[in-house]
Amino acid sequence: MGIKEEENKSKDIAKERLQFVLVHDRINLSPEEMKNLRAEMLEVLKKYVDVDDQNVKMELDKKEDIMALVANFPINNSS
Amino acid sequence: MAGKVIVITSGKGGVGKTTATANIGTALAEIGKKVCLIDADIGLRNLDVVLGLENRIVYDIVDVVEGNCRLEQALIKDKRNNNLVLLPAAQTRDKTAVSPEQMKELTNDLKEDMDYVLVDSPAGIEQGFQNSIAGADDAIILTTPEVSAVRDADRIIGLLEAEGVNDPEVIINRIRMDMVDRGDMMNIEDMIEILAINLLGVVPDDESIVVSTNRGEPIVLSDGVKASQAFNNIAHRITGKDIPIMDLRKDSVMTKLKKIFGLG
Repeated sequence: MGIKEEENKSKDIAKERLQFVLVHDRINLSPEEMKNLRAEMLEVLKKYVDVDDQNVKMELDKKEDIMALVANFPINNSS
Repeated sequence: MAGKVIVITSGKGGVGKTTATANIGTALAEIGKKVCLIDADIGLRNLDVVLGLENRIVYDIVDVVEGNCRLEQALIKDKRNNNLVLLPAAQTRDKTAVSPEQMKELTNDLKEDMDYVLVDSPAGIEQGFQNSIAGADDAIILTTPEVSAVRDADRIIGLLEAEGVNDPEVIINRIRMDMVDRGDMMNIEDMIEILAINLLGVVPDDESIVVSTNRGEPIVLSDGVKASQAFNNIAHRITGKDIPIMDLRKDSVMTKLKKIFGLG
């Protein structure tokens, strides 16, 4: 492992992997379940609005002491 | 007196809970505080050997709980400092020999006469852990700069909060600044960002800890060792002093000399 491999520092890999795994630990949800949740929510929303399903974003966020599931479902411009 | 009960815990085993408990306890006693250390790892007694007190044990925590002796009879006085006592774990019993209610009663009794009661928690999240946090006013979480240890620390923070032990603080143990500088070890900021809790201290990886454990003498009693200074600083922070995190990189010869002459 070379010193100059800037973007491949093992500590950055450690940090990224940790952040990912902790999100799922904290809400007790597997990546698989997260995928299903996203698909089901999309399905419900699509009944009512024209969602741009290519650009849906869903992630967990910890702000101070509160965990939040933050989802962004952009709507196609129909006008 | 009504002192404070502080649990030292980590989730993951082998990150240095027992060594940290022995050193922080000794450092607090050296400052002049009355301290009781409780080894809550029933069945895997270890705090006694780290402190070099293994030959003095007569009674243990289970004897106290079962009424085989009075609490004072089970407390072992440290051989170096009169302010420090140890309540050893039982070696031939298991975690179920003490209940969380009994533990709470025990720590409540102890804090009447002590400034600090430090509880050395067993690894894991089962009954031994539940016992160790039962009477805790505060918690110190120990972790090392490894993915597995930080993950477990995060889980413990959640469990502590669920049990009403709020605002735990973290000690990052065994950091190696040479590896941090190379980008091969998470740094302090990385870990604090991930865990989102207050930093109580950082202890550098130091082979003198192994030597001091071999001898049964806490490292805080040796001068001129970074790990010793780190534990002393942690003890002062626990008493409310505002001490900045020290420079963890290796000492130059000049700083070493300055320290010897008390100028550092």
